[in-house]
This record gives sequence, structure tokens and C-alpha cells, in this order.
Amino acid sequence: MAGSSEREIQRAELQWGAVMAGAVGVLLAIVVVGSAAATLHPPSNVERVDPASLHVSGEFVDGNLGSTQNLDGSVTVRFIATQFSFVPRCLEVPADTPVVMRTTSPDVIHALLVTGTNTDTMIVPGYVSEVKTRFAAPGDYRMPCTEFCGPGHADMWSVVRVVPRAEWKPDADDKVRCEITNQ
Amino acid sequence: MWVAFGVFGLAAILGAWQMWVRSPIPAPFASPDTYYASVTAHGTLMAYVLTTLFAMGFGYYVAVSALDRPLPGLRYAWIAFWMAVVGVAMAAVTVLLGKASVLYTFYPPLTGSAFYYIGLVLVVVASWVWVAIMLIAMRGWKRGNPGKPVPLAMFGTVANAILWGWTTVGVAAELLFQVIPAALGWTDTIDVGLSRTLFSWTLHAIVYFWLLPAYIAFYTMVPQAAGSRLYSDLMGRVSFILFLVYSLPVGMHHLLMDPEHGSGFKFLQSALTGLVTVPTLLTIFTITASLEIAGRLRGGTGLFGWVAKLPWREPMVLATGLSFFMLGFGGFGGIVNMSYGMNAMIHNTAWVTAHFHLIFGGAVVIMYFAIAYAIWPRLTGHEAANLRQVRLQLWLWTIGIVIVTFPWHMLGLQGQPRRVESFDYSDPLIAGWAPWVVVSMIGGFIMLASALLFIWNLATLFRGAPSTQPTRYAMAVHPPRRLPPVLNGFGMWNVVVLVLMLVAYGYPIAQFFIYGSNQALVQRLD
Repeated sequence: MAGSSEREIQRAELQWGAVMAGAVGVLLAIVVVGSAAATLHPPSNVERVDPASLHVSGEFVDGNLGSTQNLDGSVTVRFIATQFSFVPRCLEVPADTPVVMRTTSPDVIHALLVTGTNTDTMIVPGYVSEVKTRFAAPGDYRMPCTEFCGPGHADMWSVVRVVPRAEWKPDADDKVRCEITNQ
Repeated sequence: MWVAFGVFGLAAILGAWQMWVRSPIPAPFASPDTYYASVTAHGTLMAYVLTTLFAMGFGYYVAVSALDRPLPGLRYAWIAFWMAVVGVAMAAVTVLLGKASVLYTFYPPLTGSAFYYIGLVLVVVASWVWVAIMLIAMRGWKRGNPGKPVPLAMFGTVANAILWGWTTVGVAAELLFQVIPAALGWTDTIDVGLSRTLFSWTLHAIVYFWLLPAYIAFYTMVPQAAGSRLYSDLMGRVSFILFLVYSLPVGMHHLLMDPEHGSGFKFLQSALTGLVTVPTLLTIFTITASLEIAGRLRGGTGLFGWVAKLPWREPMVLATGLSFFMLGFGGFGGIVNMSYGMNAMIHNTAWVTAHFHLIFGGAVVIMYFAIAYAIWPRLTGHEAANLRQVRLQLWLWTIGIVIVTFPWHMLGLQGQPRRVESFDYSDPLIAGWAPWVVVSMIGGFIMLASALLFIWNLATLFRGAPSTQPTRYAMAVHPPRRLPPVLNGFGMWNVVVLVLMLVAYGYPIAQFFIYGSNQALVQRLD
């Protein structure tokens, strides 16, 4: 130990404090640079919607759910999270393409995580959750509900099916739907 | 204390059983209803009851022993204790009957029986009596000792009491104005965005309320147990103040993935969370320096030679070493959680469960054990007959928690969600998780063995030589003689907290009243 007079102790503590403040500063800088440069923003669109009338009118009526090819080449996926299923259960998107997921809940709180990716959001009744993402590798990704929503919570999951761009074939209305066949 | 550790034992049994249910091995009594009732009971008893009753009991003990004065308002303390016991019984029975399987974080618009919430309110009101008694005790001591520094143990205890007062405001508002009216059937809709925001006010500060008793032990009991002195009393005070100031305006990092808040306030609170690591890092330095003094006094030399010379046979010293080990890994996981960008990868996964079980179950609760072992001789009047069983219990706990949480970290990175009662391991997408779930379950049973041994130790070991020594807290290398008022009281710091909370939570709460919001229908589970 360098010394133990009162002043030496205070100096040692201050030096340590400065080193730690620097370390925390570096960590925060990484987060700031990461979110600015790689646009790593959590979903924060603050968009209100009435959970009682989802089925009746607006964006989340039944015929408008599923994947839609947009004019700019991106794909929008709309679905509802409800006790105890995502509707529709199978969501198909092309690989390596900008994807916007839009979802909301008519009943209680849900959440989703596309397993193996950082596509993640809470789903709170009264708000539309929007996640911008992109899936690099084709394949089936399991998407469970990740927030407790009642006794059937464990059975609530769906599949994100990422297909190679060449196999992505929207219909005349620019829509794509898929089925889960193996279960 | 006995009530706290009694519910701890019960909740430990439930915790081990839950890990069994989630594993591929068939468990008895397994069903979604029993699982979620059990998760609710485990969280409620561990996070609310064990911690609050422990903090209250330890606070009363410090007030009497560190200030060397009788406890003011002893009668009210007993009334509060029995109020808490009634509240715990109400809440626990309701949950175990399956009438409130909403998990301990409530999740409105899901709503359980009103008895559950009212039971918890009774516990919180009892703890407010404790807060008042702590403040009155410190004021009384200051009046009798004008100009003298408040003993560090009491300073930390009062910091925690004030922190707890601030912390409970959010959850109390949520329960009293939103959840209980719904549970009683007076209202049939709930503003879920508002309830989540109010709960986040409480949700992070509460973990520092759990943590501070461990830090009070680090600063005031550990150096004494090691035969040393505290390296710096000043840093203890600064750390307690920083905890009070920075643990409150940060709760929205639990809402990073929520749609009801914009990115600005999420970013602000995420960044403020970074600052709350500072008092922990200061503490690690000061306590390590205090232990180094002990190691060198005992003949340790070289850069690390003093570590081997420490009195590891002392439970308090052993627990501190193990606690720092768990705190290191848990803290690393926490920095990922609070990161504005990285959180998306692990939000709602087993990674988060691993983080808080390491920090709270590991680093903090092991210090609760050590504190209990240290003060039990004073309470029972007898020293422990032997310390071997005590050390065994502390080691088992640490080994158990490492085996539980290291697989959880890996599973979390692979996307295993938390709060799920069963998995279909025949699905090839998740079949690879199964072996690790079994490994962590084994850790759960090791922890259960340690928990039961802890209770057994408290009940049977303290029959040795009569204990005659008074409680002694660690002296600083240079005990403070005079302190500026800002380091000897909390008046100014309360103003700082108020300002920070207005900045951090003012608009995020006000927005629900400015713009209105679409309410969700209450859904009853009882």
C-alpha cells in the first residue's frame, strides 16, 4: 500500500474514482456510438390505438394481417398478439430485406423475441409496437411470447419463416401468407 | 428475522421445484396453474417479504447497537411488525390458493384477488413505520451529540430508509389508484402504460434497497471481522449518498422495449443507470483496501500474497469474498441489460433471470446470511458452537448459484424466454437447450440444500459459550472528527432526488394525462 496518511488515502480514493468514472464513460460512449452509427434504437414509436376496436376497423382488421410487399422493396408484417396465440401464427419474410413488424394486443400485455436475433419488443394494449429489422439467414425462427399473459402463456408462439429472396412470391395484392405444417 | 427466513425457506423450495418443472424431467404437481402460482409466491416472498423484513430487523438492530440508545417508538415497531405478519399471511395464502397468479410484478390488466394486493400494502405501510423510526432515531442521536458524525452503520441504514420511502411511491400509486380498485371491481379498465411506468419507478430502486444492508455490512462489519480498519469512512458516506441519488431516476431501463415511451427518456435513464455503477466500484476498492490492511497485518506480502493470509475462516470474510465474486459476474450481465442498444438481445430471456439471481440471490443474500450469523450471538446470548457448518452453507450457496446462473446466461443468449412453465424439447429449434436446463436445475437443488442448512444452523448452532461482547462496528483508519452537514444528513440530497425524479419521470408520467390513453379491459384471474 502506498501509504496511509489521511491525505494519501483520499488521493488513492480519488484516483480510483477517476479511473472508474473513465471506465463507465467509455462504456456509455460505446452505447452512444453504437446506437447512433448502427441505429440500434429500441422500439419507441409511441403510437396509440384503441384495443377494443382492433377487430372492427383500422390497420389490424383480419384481411390486413400477414406480410405485405411495399413499393420501396421493404416488407411490412402485421399481426395481433392475443391470449394465447399470435395471429397469424406463421409470418413469412424474404431474407436480407428491410422488415417492419407492426403488432398490438386487444387484451393483456404480451412480448416477442425472435429466437436467435435481437428482434424484440413489448406489446402493450393501447399501443402499436413497431420493430425495424432484417433477417440475414433463411430458415424457421421460433417466436415465443416472452411476457407472462395468463395460464396459456407457454403455448403462445409462432414462427418467422425467412425465405431466400428468389422464393418470395407476393400475390396480386402484394401479400404473402404461410402455414405451420409440421405441428 | 425468523419470519423473513421462514418465508425464505418456503420460497427456496418453490424455486427449486420451478426449475424442475421447466426442465425436460417430469415434475410432480406440474401444471400451468401451479407453476405460475409458485412463481408468484417465490417472487413475492423473496423480493418483497424476505428483503423488507430483513431490512427492518437489521435497521432496528443497528439503531440500537450503533447509536447505543434505546429504540424510539418501540411500541409502534411491534405494531408494524404484526401488521406486516398479517399482510404476509394474507398475500401468501391468496397466492398459494391460486387466486392471484399474476407474478410478483402484477402485470395489469391481469388482476388477482384484492387480498393479495392489500396484504402487500400492509407490508409496505409497516415498512413506512420503520422508515419513520429510523429518521427519529438518527435525529435523537444528533441532538444528544451535536456536531459529531453519525456512525457510518446508522448513516447507511438511514440512507436506505429514505431510499425506500422514495422507492415505494411508484408501486403504492399503482396499487392504490389502479390495481386495487380494479381488483375490488370498482373499475373495469386500466391504463397499462401508466401502470408500467409507475411500477418502473419502484422496480429498480427496490433492488438497491435489497442491496444496501449488504453494503452496510461491507463497510462496518467486514473490516472488523477481518481484524482490520475501514480504509475510508468518507467513501462509505459518499457511496450511500450516490446510491440514494442514482438508484431512483433509472427505472425506465426496464421499459426499453416498451412502446409507450419515446427514445429520449429511455436514453436518459439508461445513461443515468451507468452512473449507479460508480458507488459499487468505489465500494469494491475501499473494502478491498481494508482487507489488504488486514492481510498485511497478518504477514502477507507481495502484490497478492495478502489475500491468502486473510482470515477466511471468519464467515463474514468468507461471505464477502464469495459475494464479490458473484457481484463481478452479475454486474457484467447487468451492464448488458441496461444498455440502450444491447438490451434487445436478451430482454425477457433467461439472461435477465441469471443477472438478478446472481446479484440478489448471490451477492446480496449471502451477506444477509453473514449478517444473521454475526448478530445471532447477540440476539440469543450464545456464540456458535462451531463454524464449519456455517462455512459449508456459504460455499454450497455460491456453488449452487453459479451452477444455476451460468447455464441461464447461455440459454438467454440463445433466446430462451423467462417466465415460461414448460418447453417442447422435441422441437428441433430448442432441443439443444434441454441439457443446460437440467444442469441449472441441479444447481437449484444445491441452493435449496444450502437454504435449509442455513435455517438449521440458526436454529441449532448458537448454543456455545455465552456471548458477552457488545456489537462493535469497524473503526476507520482515520475516524472523521467533524463533517460538513451534507455528509452527515440527507436534507439536501432529498432535494436532489426530487429534482432528478421530476426531470426523469415528470414528462413520462404526465404524458398519460396530457394525451390520454386507450384503456385496457381488466381481466380477472381469481
